[in-house]
Amino acid sequence: MGVGIEVTNLNAWYGTNHTLQDINLHIPANHATALIGPSGCGKSTFVRCINRMHETNPIARVTGSVRIGGLDIYADAKPVEIRRRVGMVFQRPNPFPTMSIYDNVAAGLKLNGYSNRHALDEIVERSLKDSALWDEVKDDLKKKSGASLSGGQQQRLCIARALAVDPEVLLMDEPASALDPVSTSKIEDLIFQLKSQYTIVIVTHNMQQAARVAEKTGFFLNGRMVEFDSTHKIFTNPSDKRTEDYITGRFG
Amino acid sequence: MKAGENNLRSKIRALTDNGVTALAILATALVIAPLVAIFGYLIFKGATSLNLAFFTQIPKPVGVAGGGMANAILGSAILLAVASVLGVPIGIGGGIYLAEFGRGTKLANAVRFTADVLNGVPSIVMGLAAYSLIVLPQGHFSALSGGVALGIMMIPTVCRTTEEMLMMVPHAVREAALALGVPNWRSVLSITVRTASPGIITGCMLAFARVAGETAPLIFTALGNAFWSSSLNQPIAALPLQIWIYAQSPYDDWHRLAWAGALVLIVLIVVAVSLVRYVTSRGVLKGAS
Repeated sequence: MGVGIEVTNLNAWYGTNHTLQDINLHIPANHATALIGPSGCGKSTFVRCINRMHETNPIARVTGSVRIGGLDIYADAKPVEIRRRVGMVFQRPNPFPTMSIYDNVAAGLKLNGYSNRHALDEIVERSLKDSALWDEVKDDLKKKSGASLSGGQQQRLCIARALAVDPEVLLMDEPASALDPVSTSKIEDLIFQLKSQYTIVIVTHNMQQAARVAEKTGFFLNGRMVEFDSTHKIFTNPSDKRTEDYITGRFG
Repeated sequence: MKAGENNLRSKIRALTDNGVTALAILATALVIAPLVAIFGYLIFKGATSLNLAFFTQIPKPVGVAGGGMANAILGSAILLAVASVLGVPIGIGGGIYLAEFGRGTKLANAVRFTADVLNGVPSIVMGLAAYSLIVLPQGHFSALSGGVALGIMMIPTVCRTTEEMLMMVPHAVREAALALGVPNWRSVLSITVRTASPGIITGCMLAFARVAGETAPLIFTALGNAFWSSSLNQPIAALPLQIWIYAQSPYDDWHRLAWAGALVLIVLIVVAVSLVRYVTSRGVLKGAS
């Protein structure tokens, strides 16, 4: 089941660059929340702070608190524990090129020492079904490399890989921006189904996409969160002038 | 633009294209020519002396017909095995450190610089080093000291290729592993190194092929041996050493054997490298990059 995320006074830096400034928001459980804004506004940094991937960059720094289902991820947990609970899908599909489709999905479990083969088989099948890829790959699971799939299939493979470790939250950083329209719509359908089981945070440049898949939307600009509200309100009657300018295409 | 001018331009373009292609073909020919020439000459000079005895017998005294280099082939295999056991793990380990854990640190820069210097050290100096480190304290020449000298020579090549191959693994692949909650060390070993493994194996093969033909480091260490020996603690024969000794001798018999030995050495290196390539490529999946 998904859990809610409570972000309080979150600040982040890359070197001296203050990329996130005083972010406060509540991301509801089992909903899809979209983050929009122009390039470089801090959306990606923000999602990377939710699974502590931000700090894999040695010059990065974070202050403030992020609570996932009550757990303060910066004070009370190690990064590897957080990342098992918070899955992530990246902008460009990044399957492990030397691994089979099966091993790609099982990677998160296998590399963390899980070796019950029977259970793995079940988890791989379920994850691939949940990511709507099973029918396309079930005959080549152990024969083909993850890199041999098409871009859209690779991205769904990456989603399956993230789901296999049974996370509570799924972060998606522009998951469809490198894909064609058909693959994009498959990913969007997927988000729609997955939010019953997971809390989803999706960064997107595509405002129609945000409107289609998300109940809540946050607008980021220059490292600050300008507005956070129901998607309907953001796109029809935003309270901030800057949000309105952005969604009507006046900049960004 | 007029039609005539256009026509002229496209002709010039086609001419340039052909010219550059011809240059590329010429360069390729120049690269391959020495290899083909050497190999052809070796076959011409050495193939006639190759027979079963060459692979089954040990050297005979001067004037006695026949004899072979079976002991030198075995000796080279043992020396290279010792060298690989020493050079491959240390080299790969060093390369992993340089690329993954020490990136940007002073120690890593020092290690990288040392490896580059080590790569440029003349091979006879490696032999002297192994001589003073192992032969002198032990009081006798040995296969072990020869293998160590060759192994040390392998380290810098293996280390630097490993580092370069690991650096080529896309950042996205590392991130994918970390984002799954895989600890960094595990991600490095199971994901990054595995992704780079074809290149790392190529590096190891290069180092292997290079030291397989080395003579100088063995002169003060393995020494050579006219008899069967497989003991690490005794002097041992090696193909390059045997070729060197035979080639320097004044006897035509031995000259012919030296040519045959050189041919066998090259063929064995090619066979060993191809075998490793075949074995390691069997597990590669369809479409893997």
